[in-house]
Formats: sequence, C-alpha cells, structure tokens
Amino acid sequence: MERSEIITKLQKKAISIRYEIIKMIGKAGSGHPGGSLSSADIGVALFFYQMRYQADNPKWEKRDRFILSKGHAAPLLYALLAQANFFDKKHLSTFRQYKSILQGHPASYLTPGVEVSTGSLGQGLSIAVGIALAGKMDKKSYNVYTLHGDGELDEGQIWESAMFASHKKLDNLCAIIDRNHLQIDGVTEVVMALEPLVQKWQAFGWHTIAIDGHNIGQIISAFDEFLTIKDKPTVIIAKTVKGKGVSFMENKAKWHGKAPKGELLKKALKELSTKKD
Amino acid sequence: MQNKQELVPIRDGYGKALLKLGEINPDVIVLDADLSTSTRSNWFAEKYPERFIDVGIAEQNMVNIAAGLSMEGKIPFATTYGVFICGRAFDQIRNTVCYSNLNVKLVGSHGGISVGPDGGSHQTIEDIALMRILPNMTVVVPCDHIQAYKATLQLAELKGPAYLRLAREPTATITSEHCEFQIGKADIMTEGNDIVIIFAGTIGAEVIKAVPLLHQKNIYPTVINMHTIKPIDKDVLIKYARKFGKIITIEEHLKAGGLGSAVAEFLAENAPTKMRMFAIDDRFGESGQPDVLLDAFGLSAEKICQRVEKFLYEG
Ligand SMILES: Cc1ncc(C[n+]2csc(CCOP(=O)(O)OP(=O)(O)O)c2C)c(N)n1
Ligand SMILES: [Mg+2]
Repeated sequence: MERSEIITKLQKKAISIRYEIIKMIGKAGSGHPGGSLSSADIGVALFFYQMRYQADNPKWEKRDRFILSKGHAAPLLYALLAQANFFDKKHLSTFRQYKSILQGHPASYLTPGVEVSTGSLGQGLSIAVGIALAGKMDKKSYNVYTLHGDGELDEGQIWESAMFASHKKLDNLCAIIDRNHLQIDGVTEVVMALEPLVQKWQAFGWHTIAIDGHNIGQIISAFDEFLTIKDKPTVIIAKTVKGKGVSFMENKAKWHGKAPKGELLKKALKELSTKKD
Repeated sequence: MQNKQELVPIRDGYGKALLKLGEINPDVIVLDADLSTSTRSNWFAEKYPERFIDVGIAEQNMVNIAAGLSMEGKIPFATTYGVFICGRAFDQIRNTVCYSNLNVKLVGSHGGISVGPDGGSHQTIEDIALMRILPNMTVVVPCDHIQAYKATLQLAELKGPAYLRLAREPTATITSEHCEFQIGKADIMTEGNDIVIIFAGTIGAEVIKAVPLLHQKNIYPTVINMHTIKPIDKDVLIKYARKFGKIITIEEHLKAGGLGSAVAEFLAENAPTKMRMFAIDDRFGESGQPDVLLDAFGLSAEKICQRVEKFLYEG
C-alpha cells in the first residue's frame, strides 16, 4: 500500500475510534474523554500500523506488548481492542457497568488484550522495562510500547525506570508521551512544570523524537525511526490537544474525567460522525 | 440524632472545615496531588493560595513535603484519593511520618466500593488496615459531611500522625450539628435490646436505613458509630459486648484488617464475643453503580437487614 493510502486509512480509523470513545463514555455516564481523545491517533497508529499481534491469540509469544500506563484512557484501549477483534464490539456498551469485562480502568484479569492492570499512574514504564529486559534475556524479537500522560511524568517512578532503561540499553522499548499540557488541576506548566521535556529525556539517555501527535504521517515515521535505533530506548513526545475532535472538549481540563450528557453528547457524536464520511 | 435525608458528599464537610481552619489557624497548610477538584481541597486553594501546595501527581513527594512542613511547626493536611496516599506513599508514611511521630494529617478521599464505576483500581478497601497497624497513627472514618467537618477541625488540634478517610458519593446525613463528636469516643446512634451493630463511615447511611426494616421484623438493634478506628473506644466495646454477647460490624473495607478486625482483636483478649463482620472478603472491588455494588457486596440496607436476621436466628 502507498504511504498516503495508509495514512488516509488510519485517519479514518481514528475518527471512528473517537466516535466509539464518546459513545462508550456517554452510555456509561462517566469516564475519561479528554485523554482518550488526545491519544487516539497514536493509538490507531500503534494498533493498525506498528504492532504485531494476533487478536484471536492474545498471548501469542511473539506479539508486541502494549502497556497503557495512563490507565484512565481505558475507553481508547477498549475501542482499539474491539476494532482489532480482541472481543466483540457489543461489550463496548457495557463499559463501567457491574459485571462488565470493561472496567473503569484496564483490568487484565477480565479483558482479552489487556496485558496488565493499570490505573495507578506512573507504574507502566517500570513494567515495560521488565518485559523488555525479559525479551533481551530470552533473545526474543518483540518490542514493548507504553503510553503515558504528561502529568503522569510527575511520578518519581517514571524517572527511576527511565534511568534503568537506558542503563540497560533497552532498544526494544518505546515510550510515548501524550503531551497535551493538561492534568486534572490544570495546565502542566502551572501545576508542575515539565519543560524542557525533550532535554530531560535526553539527559536520561533516551533517543527522543518530538512530533505532532495528531499527524499520522509523523506518528508512523516516528515508529519507523524507533525500529532503527540501537542500544537506547526511544521516547516519542507527541504534542496533542486534550479532547481532540470534540470542539467543546478541546484544551479543557474539566473534560478530563466527565461524561457528556444529553445535548452535549449528541453534539459530540454529531461532530465526529460528520467527520466520519 | 436525626435523619434528615439530604444527600451530601462527605468530602464537602472536609472542604468546609479546611476553609474554617484557613481562617482560624495560620499554621494549617493543605497539600494535594492533582486531585484538588475531586477532594474539595480546591476550596481552600482558592481562598488561601499561599497556604496551598499542589505537588502534581507525586504522592510520595507530597507526604514527605508534609513531613518537612510539620517539623517546622506547620499543620499539613496531605490530601488525595485514599488508594494513592496509603498505597503509593506507605513507606513514607511508615518510616518518616509515623516512626518520627510527625504531626502530619493524611486525608484519603474515595474510600470503599461506593466509589463506583472507576472500578477496583480506585476503590480503596485496604486503607484502614494499612493505616491502623502503624504505631502513633490515629484513624478516623466519619459517617457524613457534618462529622467530617468536626473530625477535620479536631484533627488540626491533635498532635501526631492521623488518617482521615472520606468517600466520593453523596450520602444521607445521619448526624446533626448538635451531635457531640469526639475523636476516640464512639457514638451510640440508637439503643435496642436484640443485637449490637457497629459501623464506620458512610455505610452508616445504609445501616440507619436498615433499622426500620429490622423493626418490621421485630428486631431492635443498638447501633454504634465507631468513627475512630484507632484508638478504638474500648469502654464501649466491653460494655456492649458483655451486654449483648453478639456483635455485627459493618464497613466498606476488607474484612482483613478493617473495623471488624480491630473490634475482634480487642474483644478476643478482653471480652470474647460472637461476631459477624459484614465487609469485603478477600477480593477487589469492581466497576458498577454504587448502589448496585453495595447490594452485590451485601452492604445495602436490605441485605444488611437479611444478614442481621440470619445471624440472630441461625447464628
Ligand atoms: C498514582 C495516581 N495518582 C493520581 C491519580 C488520579 N489521576 C487520574 S488521571 C490524572 C491526571 C493525569 O494527567 P495526564 O497524565 O496528563 O493524563 P492525560 O492528560 O493524558 O489524560 C490523575 C491525577 C492516578 N490515577 N494515579
Ligand atoms: Mg495530560
């Protein structure tokens, strides 16, 4: 397939994933739209361009591993897994309900394709480091991908694992940071300044790639580049817009963890469905 | 004790008390870890920005910053979800705050399964156990927003480490401004002659709702609000254990290490009593609406009523 054709396909998928995210959260009456929407393009590129997996065999040994370290973006993960056929799409409408296989935050004991339970921020990178290290020990060819919030980088554990990953030259590890500049209490640079972020990761020994996290072309090029990097872990710092795709949610901290209701829900779904065709 | 069925989240009482403390006690400092809008510490932040510290998503850092502040005479209230303050920062709480007996107030909102749809990752059901096992620690679990208000004000006066557990859902107000409240002294909410029920926290609303249901079955319970898990009110325990010989404890917490466990530890040595613990038995919570979950875990008023009856007649 031509590169431009691949990009167009992924862009289309991203819109339907966004639609599913809002539908799911709307039905549940709670959940986290902001950070699910900001990571949607990255998620689509990961699942439908970059990663190798077998949906009907979620524990396939050679699969690439993905850890959603920002577990509150569960709606994104579930929409991706359903789209990739890990489970039937009908489950999406049970999100957050009692006895659902789709918990408020990813629960590996219930959902096919969820590698490990997350929801407590700052832990995913260390887990990925462990998986990457095991891959090196056993000379396996899989790669490990993680997705983090920018606010999540406040956690000290992120930097403990960052130090370790470069120390152990884990070039089979690719961390992606959703740099949407917002956390719950507001703008990251006001709550806890992160900049200069690229330099911080460089100082920790990582190969860094800074991109526009809504530009599919840039996202897939970054993944291509990761595969060429030897002896260093890679971090992709993706500049994004929280709530991307739903006009009234964009860049608004208050849509971090709140479901749209009534007219707003209709408006959000309508905006996304017009983009769909 | 009155039963005005007004639903208010308990964290509102905490938020209001912080505003009061801001006014009357210049040493009070409030910290949060990127959840100030959820915990209600943002009310204090807006009024007293110079005495509010948002550390970002860094609970371990928050607890030890609070430790340092307390060493210089401040009275820090370090606030976030219970699951993160007790879990993530446990070593900081143990080795710095408690071991050095520092005057740090830890506040965990979102206690219990009534947190609801966020699921097991966010429902702390082990916090009381983790906090009460630590030497020097005081553990307070208020039942409604009015009691949370009073507890917060009293904690500011109490020297030493303390944990205050709050909850997310709006719940019925089961105490009033006029009710006496003292840390360490249990409240007798109703007196009956058939059995004694001891609860802690917002589950009290379900317990109080269960009382008229029990009356319909001709069961008249004594209901005790054990809002302070540590130090536990030993006099009340001895008195009622001896009087009734049967005790039920009710809480939104694991059976292991919670209120029931604290009651049992004391009574086993001092007044062995037949007990049932209505709690969560060796499992995590899960997603669902709060009322659905409470019922599924046997903690709704209806289930409480059935289980009390069963214990009373079948043992
Ligand atoms: C250890 C921990 N502390 C606090 C929280 C509560 N929490 C959930 S999401 C969030 C903000 C996350 O911001 P960010 O990482 O920037 O995510 P995004 O903007 O991508 O949604 C917080 C504080 C948590 N889940 N885990
Ligand atoms: Mg963010």
